[in-house]
Amino acid sequence: MVDMKGTQLIHEYLRHNKKFPHVFCAGCGHGIVLGSLIRAIHGLGLSKDEVCVVAGIGCSGRLAAYVDFNTVHTTHGRALTFATGIKMAKPGMHVIVVMGDGDSMAIGGNHLIHAARRNIGVTALILNNNIYGMTGGQCSPTTPSGSFSMTTPMGQMEQSFDCVELCSAAKANYVARGTVFHVKKLDQMIMDGISNPGFGVVEILTPCHTQYGRKNKYRTPVDMYKMLKKDVIDIERYNKLSEAEKAKKTPSGVFVQKDEPGLEEKFYEMAANCQGGA
Amino acid sequence: MARPRKKRNKEIFALGNEAVVEGALLAGCTFYGGYPITPSSEIMEIMAQRLPLIPNGSFVQMEDEIAGLGSVIGASLAGRKAMTATSGPGFSLMQEHLGYGCITETPLVIVNVMRGGPSTGLPTSPAQGDVQQARWGTHGDHSIIVLSASNVQECLDNTIEAFNLAEKYRTPVILLIDEITAHTREKIIIPNPDEFEVFNRIVPTMPPEWYKPYEETVRGVPPMPSIGSGYRFHVTGLTHDTNGFPTSRPDEVRELNERLFRKIDQFLHDVQLVDEVDTEDADVVVIAYGTVARSAELAVKQARDLGVKAGLLKLSTLFPYPRKATERVMAKAHTLVVPEMNMGQMSREVKRVNNGQVSVRTINKVDGQIITPAEILKVLTRV
Repeated sequence: MVDMKGTQLIHEYLRHNKKFPHVFCAGCGHGIVLGSLIRAIHGLGLSKDEVCVVAGIGCSGRLAAYVDFNTVHTTHGRALTFATGIKMAKPGMHVIVVMGDGDSMAIGGNHLIHAARRNIGVTALILNNNIYGMTGGQCSPTTPSGSFSMTTPMGQMEQSFDCVELCSAAKANYVARGTVFHVKKLDQMIMDGISNPGFGVVEILTPCHTQYGRKNKYRTPVDMYKMLKKDVIDIERYNKLSEAEKAKKTPSGVFVQKDEPGLEEKFYEMAANCQGGA
Repeated sequence: MARPRKKRNKEIFALGNEAVVEGALLAGCTFYGGYPITPSSEIMEIMAQRLPLIPNGSFVQMEDEIAGLGSVIGASLAGRKAMTATSGPGFSLMQEHLGYGCITETPLVIVNVMRGGPSTGLPTSPAQGDVQQARWGTHGDHSIIVLSASNVQECLDNTIEAFNLAEKYRTPVILLIDEITAHTREKIIIPNPDEFEVFNRIVPTMPPEWYKPYEETVRGVPPMPSIGSGYRFHVTGLTHDTNGFPTSRPDEVRELNERLFRKIDQFLHDVQLVDEVDTEDADVVVIAYGTVARSAELAVKQARDLGVKAGLLKLSTLFPYPRKATERVMAKAHTLVVPEMNMGQMSREVKRVNNGQVSVRTINKVDGQIITPAEILKVLTRV
C-alpha cells in the first residue's frame, strides 16, 4: 500500500458506510488504541481480508464496528472463544481480540487463562480502564484497592488482578503492557503481539475519566493522561526502584516473549501426520 | 424418517452417539468444539479421533460449554460446518450463545443428549426434560428448529437433516435425543454419499461492495460469505440493520425480527418432519418422540391386535411444532395420547393446537425410567 501517515492512514481503514460519530466519550483512550491497531496492521503489511477483529461487550466492544476488517462483536466475556473457533477454522488469519478489563478478567477470566494455556494463535488487546464504563461505572477486577466506583462507594476492599502476572502465569507466549500515552511503544507492542506465534496479550492502560476519573480525583482527561505519564514506567527502570517506590509505579514493556508454536499449528501438523499415515 | 432413500449399503453396529458422529461427517461437518458431559461424551470422544483424519477437520476441547458453543459459532462464521454436543446442564450454559447464533444467523448444530433434571439431576438416566428449554431457553423472541431421534438410525439421518436445515435457513438447529437412544447399540445402515442430499450455505456472488449481509431475499435467508473470503462485514449480537451495524430504529428492528421468524415459518412443510403409523383410520392417536415413540409403536400394534383402532404420530421435528400433522390426525381421532419423560412439555403444544376439540391424555414419568409399551397400552385400551 502507498505510504500514508496520520489521519489519512486511519481513514483508509475506517468503514465509510458506518454511521459516525462513534460512541466513545471525548478524552477516551479507546480511539488511540484503535489508531495503534490500524498502524500496527498497516506496518505489518497485512491485507484487510487477512485480519479478523473480534470484540467483546462494553465500550471496547464497539471498537470493531468502525474498522474495515472482518469484524465480530460477540457476547460479554466470550470473545476469546469465538476467536478460538475462527483461528482453528482459518489458521492463516490474523485474529485480534479486543476486550475490556471486565470482559477479559471478570466474566471472561476463565477463557483468558485457558486461551493462554492452550496457546491459541490469537492476539488479545486488553483495554484496561479499571472500571465498567458502559454500564455506568461499577468496579471491575482491576479497580485498585481503595478506589471508588458506583458499587464501591466506600472504597474497593478486594484486591485487583494484575493482568500481566495472570497471563504470564497462565503461560501466554507474549505478554506486554503499554498505555495510550506512550503511543509509539504501544504501536510496536501490538505489532510484536500480532507477529509472535501463539497467544499474545497486550494490556493497554487507557483512561476512563467519565466513570473512573470523576470518582477518583482525576477531574479531566488531561489529569488521567498525566497520571499515565507519571506512574507508568519502563520495566528496566521499574526493576531498579526500591520496594517502597515500586508500590507507587506500574511497570510497562514486554514481560514474556516465547516462540512456542500456537495450538492451531500443532493441531494441523498432527492432522497432516494422521492423514499421511492413514 | 421423512426423507425416503433408495439403496443403502454399509452396515455397522453403532451407539446412538456414534451414529450422530457418522451423520455429522456425512453432512460435511469439519469442526467440533465442546466440553464433555455424560451422556453425550462419546460424541466428543469419537469426533476427537475422526476429525484429524479428514482434510480441514479440526477439533478443540474448550474449557466449558459456553466456550464450546462460542468456538462453534466462530468456526461457522469462518466457513465451517460446525457442531457441539452436550447434555442438560451444559445446554443451559449455552443458551446465551444460542440466541447469538439466532440473531447473527449462524448455521450450527447442537446435540443435546437429555438427562434427568433439574440441575445436575440424573447424569445417566433418560429424560425428555429439555424440550421447552430448547424452544425458549435463550432470551428474546426467536424462531428455532428442534429435531429429535427415536432410534440409532434416526440419530444418523436426523443429524444430516439438522445440518441441512441449519445451512439452508442459516440458523442453529438443536437435535434432542435421550440417554436410551444415545447409549443403545443397534445395526444401522450408512448411506452412500449419492443417496442423500447435502445442503451447503449459499455464498454471495455479487461484488463485495454490493453485498449487504442481512438484506431480505426471496427465501428470507441472506447469502453468507465466510470470514476472510473478501466480503468484510460486521457481525453483532445487537439488533442490526441490513449492513450488520447496530440499530434501534423501530422499522429496522421490526424488519430484522420479523424476517428471522418468517424465514423459517414460510417453509414449515420443509422443516416439520413427522412419521405416521396406522393413523388413517385411528380413533386414538399417540403423539410421541424420542425413545418413547418406540414404546408407543409397539403399544399401538398391541392395541390393534386387541381391536383398538390406535395410531402413532411420531415427531422428528419438535419445533416449529408440526401443527398440520396434528390437525390431520385430530380430524378423525377422538383422543390424543401424549406420553413423555417429563411433566408435560410437549403435551402443552398438543393441547394448544387441539384447543379443546378432542380429548388429550398425557402419560408423564420423571423417575429416570423409560415409559414402557405396557404403560401406553393400558391407556390406549381404556380410552
